[in-house]
Amino acid sequence: MALQITTARPDPALLDLPWSTPLEDWPEDLLAALPRGISRHVVRFVKLSGRVLAVKEIKEDIARREYAMLRNLRRLDQPAVEPFGIVSGRVSADGTPLDACLLTRHLKFSLPYRALFSQGLRPGTETRLIDALAVLLVRLHLTGFWWGDVSLSNTLFRRDAGSFAAWLVDAETGELFPNLTKGQRAHDLDIARVNIAGELMDLQAGELLDVSIDPVEISNRIVTRYEELWAELTATEEFDTGERWRVEERIRRLNVLGFDVDELAITTDIDGTSISIQPKVVDAGHHSRRLLRLTGLDVGEGQARRLLNDLDSYRASTDRQNDDEELVAHDWLTRIYEPITRRVPRELSGKLEPAELFHEVLEHRWYMAEREQQDVPIERAIEDYVRSILPTKPDEASVVGVDTIEMPVIAD
Amino acid sequence: MLTTTADTDVGGFPLYNGSSGTFLPVKEGNDAMATVKFDEATRVYPGNDTPSVDRLNIDIQDGEFLVLVGPSGCGKSTSLRMLAGLEEVNGGKIWIGDRDVTNLSPKDRDVAMVFQNYALYPHMSVADNMGFALKIAGVDKGEIRKRVEEAAKILDLTQYLDRKPKALSGGQRQRVAMGRAIVRSPQVFLMDEPLSNLDAKLRVQTRTQIASLQRRLGVTTVYVTHDQTEAMTMGDRIAVLKDGILQQCATPREMYDSPANVFVAGFIGSPAMNLVSVPVADGGVKFGSHTLPVERDSLAGGGSNVIVGVRPEDVEVGNEGDGLELTVDVVEELGADAYVYGTPTDDAIKLEGGDDSLVKPFIARVDGRRVPMKGEKIWVQPNSSHMHVFNAESGARLSH
Repeated sequence: MALQITTARPDPALLDLPWSTPLEDWPEDLLAALPRGISRHVVRFVKLSGRVLAVKEIKEDIARREYAMLRNLRRLDQPAVEPFGIVSGRVSADGTPLDACLLTRHLKFSLPYRALFSQGLRPGTETRLIDALAVLLVRLHLTGFWWGDVSLSNTLFRRDAGSFAAWLVDAETGELFPNLTKGQRAHDLDIARVNIAGELMDLQAGELLDVSIDPVEISNRIVTRYEELWAELTATEEFDTGERWRVEERIRRLNVLGFDVDELAITTDIDGTSISIQPKVVDAGHHSRRLLRLTGLDVGEGQARRLLNDLDSYRASTDRQNDDEELVAHDWLTRIYEPITRRVPRELSGKLEPAELFHEVLEHRWYMAEREQQDVPIERAIEDYVRSILPTKPDEASVVGVDTIEMPVIAD
Repeated sequence: MLTTTADTDVGGFPLYNGSSGTFLPVKEGNDAMATVKFDEATRVYPGNDTPSVDRLNIDIQDGEFLVLVGPSGCGKSTSLRMLAGLEEVNGGKIWIGDRDVTNLSPKDRDVAMVFQNYALYPHMSVADNMGFALKIAGVDKGEIRKRVEEAAKILDLTQYLDRKPKALSGGQRQRVAMGRAIVRSPQVFLMDEPLSNLDAKLRVQTRTQIASLQRRLGVTTVYVTHDQTEAMTMGDRIAVLKDGILQQCATPREMYDSPANVFVAGFIGSPAMNLVSVPVADGGVKFGSHTLPVERDSLAGGGSNVIVGVRPEDVEVGNEGDGLELTVDVVEELGADAYVYGTPTDDAIKLEGGDDSLVKPFIARVDGRRVPMKGEKIWVQPNSSHMHVFNAESGARLSH
């Protein structure tokens, strides 16, 4: 059978990859990194026309299903890796048919959890990862996506102003429904809880996680964080007609959590003495959307919050509260944000995303000011940061790695 | 056709790709009777007029291996998920033992959903990989070790318990995965197409091994597949569904010998049963040049036509002019015998179960030493003791 390539972004360089060779035997010079650890399927990261692609060898029908699912999730504006294509009809030199390959784009500046732990992290990182995963799971569930295999390994993390944003990487078991039942949500949560505990126990066994941390306790956090967020986003609230400010208050609370309310159901009881409200459609990305509108910067939700705060203080310090918001934002972008982020020498640009760097510089300025007991201009902060801190950071632009054990799905 | 699930050597139980589910019963031993009862269980999706599962009634015995089978969209997975607590039940009830679980959350049901996805943790020993979920559930160390050792014995992994998964062969890793499900000792195992990501050869190996393991463990199991061969080779009983409605629930043998209707007759068995619409005649039914005797009682419910079903191995090739005339299209030689694929010469006679794009051939198994040539004409008729008669309108079985 002839090789069949399905892709939304045709790139002739795809044809040059050695499709007639089983993925595990691909020559090292093609790989973006040597396979670290082991995975359920054979997965390799390859360089192609200046980008990094993840290539997973699986049965064709499963590859097609996952490809379509990832496309759907992207269309629904969910944080999932971008599917790049499917290569099927592969045959080895001796005529043996080979499994199809699913191609996804590597998410720049994303980190597998194992890579994060092997850096030896600040205390509390594990709980920040769980919090990010809880947000991801709530978002997916609100869209009607039942994951079926929630775990740290099936997630990628991006730094987001000191915390993390989680992205879905593996949609193999997922399904989209109009709405999820309570049972489906509970099931996903339970899978998450057990998988996370297992993954943390494994890190401990590998001496990558301190033994004083209790994996079971951390894994329980996914349940409480998820339930808190779910309740805030979906619960019905009832109050007297006189307390109408509570409608605004609820919307504000959701904004603080990073969600916009697209649809709110408001009902009154028969005699009109009480009102009940329930958010019907909420959209993540409240701050990142606002920042995008004002400045054209497309960054993580936490980063956007941080940048918007800085924009606000810029506005106050330049006494421009009455000016048009967009004009001020434009000035902030060209006078503050861009000059700062451009101060990074090219050889250090793979360390951090610009928005994360900006956040770090703001943090650094705060520490400097505390030490010196006086205000520090941001120019001095970036200079000091680039000289003393940034070079010590690991390169994170394209950290790849897979980390579970290969389970053969073909007969020996 | 009917392969029995021999109790294969578990040492040669190489490649199970299932995974443990997540619902964790925390209890000592498992003595409760784990019968499962679907009692008029109904699932209607919001916005749909017709139920996806319509008043399902199945009684599953303690320790039984029941397979839910049917084409895509028949409601088999939905039924399983209703039992797991993942789908709401809009009507009727579901029982596990003497507990009404209809409204219980998944983790309170004491069932284990076994998935095809499963990760082994590289730094943990095989024993810890099998037992870690019990640790999460707060089971004490001694009890965990006991259950892990018991499971390891069944899976022939005892000598590997203190090794890392990396040191194991592919097949042994698969067994560790199964072990993770076993140590939970749930009342019921649920499996939804667990073999779907395996290649054909491994699927065949694995299905026998799952069935054999299930019999050793004696845990009530409900298994979903679209593949009738898988259903026939694995299940103690099979429930065939179509359009959300249970068509028949019976042992593989009963299902094969007395299908309840035309759908089951055509679905179960490979190659499929020949189903031909024929006119009713005095004293029986007209089959080509022959009148086949059928008891008057059996025809009482039918109209002027009935559907006659005959399995390829129950077709007799007669003398010229005896029975239904076929033109041979393809001959498939199997050695001892051969399958003949033919088309009725009278093109007014159509086989049931074909579609517009594909005319369904009539299939006959013949003696390998007396195989007709392609293009030749042959005359066939059913072996009258293995003939099935169905109502042409309702599809229901008429013969006994």
